[in-house]
Amino acid sequence: MSNAKMIQSDISSVLTSQEMAEIDHELEHIPYKSGAAIDALKIVQAGRGWVSDECLQAIAKYLDMSPEELEGVATFYNLIYRRPVGEKVILFCDSVSCWISGCDSVKQTISDTLGVDYGETTADNRYTLLPVPCLGACDRAPVMMVGDDLVTHIDDNKISALFAVSKVEGQS
Amino acid sequence: MEKVLTRNIEPGKAPTDMAAYEANGGYQGLRKAMSGMSPLDCREVVSASNLRGRGGAGFPTGMKWSFVPMDDKCTPGHKYLVCNADEMEPGTFKDRLLMEYDPHQLIEGMILSAYCIGADISYIFIRGEYIVAIERLRKALEECYAKGYLGENILGSGYKLDMYVHPSAGRYICGEETALINALEGKRANPRAKPPFPQVSGLWGRPTIVNNVETLCNIPHIIDHGAEWFKSLGVGEDAGTKLFGVSGRVKNPGCWELPMGTPIREILENHAGGMQDGLQLKGFLPGGGSTDFLTKDHLDLAMDYNVIGKAGSRMGTGTMIILDDQTCPVGMVLNLIRFFAHESCGFCTPCRDGLPWSRQVLEDIEQGRGRAEDLDTLEYQINYIGAIGNTHCALAPGAMEPLQSALKYFREDFERHISGGCCPYHLAKGA
Ligand SMILES: Cc1cc2nc3c(=O)[nH]c(=O)nc-3n(C[C@H](O)[C@H](O)[C@H](O)COP(=O)(O)O)c2cc1C
Ligand code: SF4
Ligand code: FES
Repeated sequence: MSNAKMIQSDISSVLTSQEMAEIDHELEHIPYKSGAAIDALKIVQAGRGWVSDECLQAIAKYLDMSPEELEGVATFYNLIYRRPVGEKVILFCDSVSCWISGCDSVKQTISDTLGVDYGETTADNRYTLLPVPCLGACDRAPVMMVGDDLVTHIDDNKISALFAVSKVEGQS
Repeated sequence: MEKVLTRNIEPGKAPTDMAAYEANGGYQGLRKAMSGMSPLDCREVVSASNLRGRGGAGFPTGMKWSFVPMDDKCTPGHKYLVCNADEMEPGTFKDRLLMEYDPHQLIEGMILSAYCIGADISYIFIRGEYIVAIERLRKALEECYAKGYLGENILGSGYKLDMYVHPSAGRYICGEETALINALEGKRANPRAKPPFPQVSGLWGRPTIVNNVETLCNIPHIIDHGAEWFKSLGVGEDAGTKLFGVSGRVKNPGCWELPMGTPIREILENHAGGMQDGLQLKGFLPGGGSTDFLTKDHLDLAMDYNVIGKAGSRMGTGTMIILDDQTCPVGMVLNLIRFFAHESCGFCTPCRDGLPWSRQVLEDIEQGRGRAEDLDTLEYQINYIGAIGNTHCALAPGAMEPLQSALKYFREDFERHISGGCCPYHLAKGA
């Protein structure tokens, strides 16, 4: 990465003033700049869906960090996306209680319906499918999140109600 | 039985706002403390109550707090109280309920706990997927600032406290308290070496207490009603009530507040409604994915920390995962080990390299490629990875708990996989 050469004007050509203002707001109650690393990644991701190399370098520069150090933070966390994702991310619980309740076959149905496996995005760019550890709703297994919504007791009916449209459009 | 933690919580009912919380005795504990109790007075009540941490380890809360340097024994600067709302232990679903339906109870507990240790800043470190809880907690915090329960000069006492909701970027290891502190500092969430303990040197090098959501939710009631009252709630050795949960193929999976010391059979049969038709109980993890299996023989034990400990397991989070007789124990353990291997922070070798090795051996057995000597390999791994002191934190030893007890109670199942060259449970289902 050629981040060392990135200068102040480059940062503001990548990060919006709104993003920088939000990062500044976080910095108010953090003793040193790199302490806002995760917050800054989340702020940028909130508006753009993911964190591109260009954004990562700009954030690193903004927080006086090396891009390698920030990359180490970004890739550590499950909910920071370093590749583009669809409009909604499906976080599918594959932990133990959901497994006992048959999540493997549910996952297969979702994959068949949407034509994607873990880590992939549908052809119509609407959904990215990812596994997630226990969602804390084990009494309502199997469960997943679709965007911000928790879907419990997933079965074939729920899957077709949620995703049928996407498939048709995705194939057309 | 008297409902304490869930008295404002009813399935299907709206979450409790400030008005509803106060109408049912809310913020009485805070008013009591702010009008005449010193931090030490409050801490003594909590110590006398015998409250033990509900995050998994059961450490006595009052004792934990007593290590925080107070007054002139503390160098000038901030002190922090952090609520651990990471809840990612497989099979655990209790803190979500407390935060979604009664956010003020947690906040009141946090204000009081912060007061006890002289903290002036507090964070709710909550997993990012808990969207609804995050929203409701933020709204409740606004209500508290508006009422003067947070900020400068709380209820005219001169005490000042700020509180923030901090959503995590997601990783199971963030639940380990020193890893959580690193995550709050914007770093990779590798656990820290102890000592120094967070009570002395935690967030930004300052004294810090990390407590579980459920632990903190008990505090308002203990301050309001006293230690003796709290002790009288338990029906066994331990004090208070507990959220117990059951998941797996039972008739009525769920989460209920019951007295500490409630017998397992009562939770499983009366509350969870027993096994689904056609299924038998084979075993269960009493308190989340990193606890040892127990079996039918243990059903009459009380859910108390030491009782479950003596039986060879841990009460952990108190949310049980049920293994029925038609679910493959090898498959279940494989699911758990796969999770732990994936969530290893990668800092130390026995965990980073050992857990994927265990996963590989289990995968081979489950898929019918197992060899007789694989069981010895698993035993070797259990002794090495599971030994406290060989790893930097408790994730890896915790991962070995369901494996070692599965080998003890369900060894035949492992052997049948190996001798038959396939998973007998898969066969039975015709898959
Ligand atoms: C790998 C690992 C994950 C943990 N996850 C959580 C968690 O999600 N929530 C929690 O309260 N405690 C968790 N703990 C326990 C915490 O380290 C800590 O003991 C607890 O928050 C203390 O709170 P308590 O004293 O109120 O129980 C975890 C521990 C380990 C080793
Ligand atoms: S035991 Fe695992 S999770 Fe804990 S520090 Fe070592 S590698 Fe990280
Ligand atoms: S195991 Fe899926 S929600 Fe807990």
